[in-house]
Amino acid sequence: MMEIRFHGRGGQGTVVASKILADALAKEGNYVQAYPEFGVERRGAPVYAFIRIDNKPIYDKSRIYTPDHVVVVDPTLVEAIDVTVGLKPGGIIIINSDREPEDFRFQEIYRVATINATDIAVKYKLGTLATPIVNTAIVGAVIKILNLCRLESLVEAIREGVPIKPEDNIRAATEAYEKAKTLL
Amino acid sequence: MKKVIMGNHALSYGAMLARVQVISAYPITPQTQVVELLSEMCASKALEAQFIKVESEHSAMAALIGASLAGARTFTATSAHGLTLMHELLHWAAGGRLPIVMGNINRALAPGWNIWADQNDSLSQRDTGWMQFYCANNQEVLDSVIQAYKVAERLYIPAMIILDAFSLSHTYEVVDIPEQSQVDAYLPPFKPAFRLTPDEPHAFGGLTSPDYYFELRYKLQKAMENVPEIIEETGREYEKKFGRYLGAVEAYQVDDADLILVTSGTAGSTAKVAVDKLRKRGLKVGNLRIRLFRPFPFEIVRHYLRRAKKVAVVDRNISYGHHGIFYQETKSALYGFSSVPIFGFIAGLGGRDITPETFEEIIDYTFSHETPEAEIIWIGVKK
Repeated sequence: MMEIRFHGRGGQGTVVASKILADALAKEGNYVQAYPEFGVERRGAPVYAFIRIDNKPIYDKSRIYTPDHVVVVDPTLVEAIDVTVGLKPGGIIIINSDREPEDFRFQEIYRVATINATDIAVKYKLGTLATPIVNTAIVGAVIKILNLCRLESLVEAIREGVPIKPEDNIRAATEAYEKAKTLL
Repeated sequence: MKKVIMGNHALSYGAMLARVQVISAYPITPQTQVVELLSEMCASKALEAQFIKVESEHSAMAALIGASLAGARTFTATSAHGLTLMHELLHWAAGGRLPIVMGNINRALAPGWNIWADQNDSLSQRDTGWMQFYCANNQEVLDSVIQAYKVAERLYIPAMIILDAFSLSHTYEVVDIPEQSQVDAYLPPFKPAFRLTPDEPHAFGGLTSPDYYFELRYKLQKAMENVPEIIEETGREYEKKFGRYLGAVEAYQVDDADLILVTSGTAGSTAKVAVDKLRKRGLKVGNLRIRLFRPFPFEIVRHYLRRAKKVAVVDRNISYGHHGIFYQETKSALYGFSSVPIFGFIAGLGGRDITPETFEEIIDYTFSHETPEAEIIWIGVKK
């Protein structure tokens, strides 16, 4: 079983990111369980989304406290909160950032990967310049970095599940996928 | 067709596949998505149903009572304060023998305002004459709606499909959504014995003197007593058609178990993780998840528990001044049949998480005590 925690801010599509990832993984026969932080979300405030992935039915309905990996959708959160709370040793921290992995200082038990999803989202005019919607680009990078599923499964999931600009979202996810490097 | 959907939408798809004809509802967190999707289905004609918007849950149930009397298959969904506001009409629906099916998201009652999982909302409706099904995963939610109509319309008893706030309502899982034609073959259209129609006038729910009222209630109880058998029959038929059995309980690793947990809802799923882990350490533990709470399946529970050396009941609810409610029922089921020590734990009120470690703590306590130190053993209360 693999557990991933997403960090974002309300309004960025973080919860949708975990749902798209779940859709893509389910297409390859995986068992998935995705859920948002239980409670109230506010635009701009830190939000969380979680996903469990396994090759057998997932009976654990409790919350995820010790994720294997984390995804930081909003880079300002790295300064604002501790995104490594509960993160297992060896965990990968995937950050949406224009900086290099070496520019981030975390405990040495973790690895960092960066992807400039904001740039990609702006390029394909996803969301607005002020609040680009980066979730499809982020998921494109996540499936490559964590070696989770084929790009084709994600493309299919976006085509079926993203109502606004599906083809541009697919281009964004594909570009992020191609730019990212596998770490697992 | 397999699809990743949230528990709330599993209720909506279940209602759609059951071809409900009238839906009436009022929004409340964490239920709103159930009826949001249904209203979209009605608007797009994916579902040929009347969607009646109302000003309260009390009115929602009143509208369904009228529609059900007219012979329509009816559905609503609510949660917590919405359900308690419906209370009077729940008696009307059951007393009127109307096979209405509703979804209820188990949420805590205020005050302290709390939107998280807690069973007290539905359990405080236990004596209204509704069947109650507690679900452990999204697939079961969808399947239960379809089965509930079959049982409800056969026995003329309304049914409540119950799922935990957030840990099911807002959690996405893979659900196999059956074909409409398959569901049609399992669940024929609703054809009530009596209905409100201008062609053949009737009066329903009129003044009933002491000469007759008693017998009406006797008959409701007799119908309730038939439920476990009909659940078994319709659950086996469901298994034949869809590959998934729907019984009154889910027994997991109980055959040789020294200690059997009695659980419900999503906690009854998480318990299996603890059972697997402790079995690897050589401890003979099992889990009996109660799916059907009303009517309580006394004989079935007795069958599984009487061979155990210890029983640990885990309640996400409390009857103030008494104990956990599943604990009361379990004791009642075994009274006079078994002297097995029964331990009653209360955990997870107001959405406090119930984890595999919670069950390990419960199992440790039960193994290390001959008998419980108190009628309620509280798990995780901050001192």
